Amino acid sequence: MRFAEAWRVALDALRANRLRSMLTMLGVIIGVAAVVVLVAIGTGTKQEIEQQVEGLGSNLLIVVPGQVNLGSAPSVSRMDLSDVDAVSKIVGDRNRVAVTVASGETVAAGHAETFASVNGVIETTPNVFVRHLARGTYLTRSDVDTQRRVAVLGWSVAHKLFGDRDAVGQQLTIAGVRFRVSGVFEQLGQSLGIDRDNEVHVPITTAQRLLATNRVDGIAVNAPDRDEIGDLSARIIAELTRRHPGTQFSAVTQEQILGVLGDILGVLTGVLAAIAGISLLVGGVGVSNIMLVSVRERTKEIGLRKAVGARPRDIGVQFLLEAVLLTTLGGVIGMGLGIGAALVVAALSPVPAAITWWSLALAFGVSAGVGIIFGVVPAQRAGRLDPVVALRTE
Amino acid sequence: MTAALVAERVTRDYALDGVTVAALRGVSFTIDAGDYVAIIGPSGSGKSTLMHLLGGLDRPTSGRLLLGGREVAGLDPRELARLRNETIGFVFQSFHLLARTSAVDNVALPLVYRGMRASQRRRRAVAMLERVGLGHRLDHRPNQLSGGEQQRVAIARALVTDPQVLLADEPTGNLDTSNGQAVLALLEALNREQGVALVIVTHDREVAARADRQIVMRDGEIVETLPAPEAP
Repeated sequence: MRFAEAWRVALDALRANRLRSMLTMLGVIIGVAAVVVLVAIGTGTKQEIEQQVEGLGSNLLIVVPGQVNLGSAPSVSRMDLSDVDAVSKIVGDRNRVAVTVASGETVAAGHAETFASVNGVIETTPNVFVRHLARGTYLTRSDVDTQRRVAVLGWSVAHKLFGDRDAVGQQLTIAGVRFRVSGVFEQLGQSLGIDRDNEVHVPITTAQRLLATNRVDGIAVNAPDRDEIGDLSARIIAELTRRHPGTQFSAVTQEQILGVLGDILGVLTGVLAAIAGISLLVGGVGVSNIMLVSVRERTKEIGLRKAVGARPRDIGVQFLLEAVLLTTLGGVIGMGLGIGAALVVAALSPVPAAITWWSLALAFGVSAGVGIIFGVVPAQRAGRLDPVVALRTE
Repeated sequence: MTAALVAERVTRDYALDGVTVAALRGVSFTIDAGDYVAIIGPSGSGKSTLMHLLGGLDRPTSGRLLLGGREVAGLDPRELARLRNETIGFVFQSFHLLARTSAVDNVALPLVYRGMRASQRRRRAVAMLERVGLGHRLDHRPNQLSGGEQQRVAIARALVTDPQVLLADEPTGNLDTSNGQAVLALLEALNREQGVALVIVTHDREVAARADRQIVMRDGEIVETLPAPEAP
């Protein structure tokens, strides 16, 4: 029998039992749609986080005390501003070094108040991290040197305290101390449900007095040359270790952060896809079951086909194609539904979703594969039927 | 010219629950091209088993069986399928047409398994349907046809491959008398005009009596051949 002929016969058989074919496909449709949607969400989340990390600035090197170990609490810092000067010397350019001491504080203006992350920083911050101002100006070196009480607000803080009014030039209090607003950041948006605009930048000297400390939490360096990051970080850590014997320091690069995050999110995406894959497998079992029923129902037809010259292989191919057609058709419909659902999720919820070609190709390949795997047994059974017995069946 | 069918001491045993049952106990005969033979006998006489063997649907337990000059015993299911396709045409009591499939596609079915092109298949199927008087029913489905018409579609399907032997198993069993007569007349005409050997398996004496030769079976053996073969 010609192959095209076999396809036509298989399609006719599916058309003969439209409702049953649809219901059988449903398992595959749901499975494929679930794989496509969940992989899209996993991939979208990964892309978004990677973009954010990349958006922090290129050639970024972050130095913190203690060991970098996701999940353990950060150690208490022994670094102070003199360490920042030492690091600046190693880097050779103070403008490439940023520093922070952070604390959660109540920020208020008039009757409005909110809780925000208050970061004590120096004026170089926008050179190291990519931050753009929507209004006003950033902190200046003299702000830092003279412990001036000026603040740059994240978009959310400005919005909560001043509504639609221009915040620049307004007064506010941080932990009860009065500050003047010098600028407002551009909106960054949310990431994994965390508001990235809920922060306030103040001069680190002012912040240290406010928090009654002289510590700094971390130093960030924008390396002049990508190839020198490793060398630079080694020299910085050596210098800091010399200055603080007995304290361990770690440096992480943007690439390392991306690598760790990528691994975690990759595993997450894989787990989601595997869970969805189980439903695809269940769909495949359904196809197998229906095909077995179909072989039994059509025993007489099989007998007749054999009597007029169908070889066992012709019959086997016919039933196998029927199963493959069921699952690939289900796969295509499921892909359409999955793409639609992913677009709806991306449009209507904060969860990002990115459709990737490999996930579509995988879903299609797997659904065709499911058809072959779960179609083989019924097809073999049909092919091996004894024509004498099959013809006798009523 | 080789005989269409040759059976020499053909036996067929079945194993039923561990007990061997002999359905055929050594049957010998020859059917030549153009012969018109009836195989008659009560149920259980082995005539269905014999028909399955003659049709290449089954293989004998022992003895020699030649279909179209080829020994059946050594063939695997694939080769047997091809032999059936090329040598034998079946007509069944219950027609065995594919529902939801037009008359012309039903007739063309055996040609599908020859790998013939659709256009050529259709041409031959149409010609065959016209030959059995159904040129006006090409695209009707079995449920839109009368019993007699359905059996004529089945006959067209059996003959579309130009077989050497037409095997008809109780071809009139599901038909009323007039339709039955018409179908028999058609089979006989095809036998006469196309030279295809016609073998009718039946338990109906009237049907059997129309054949040139009757093979009477009982308990897995041929008990009588009518008319009695002339003494050599």
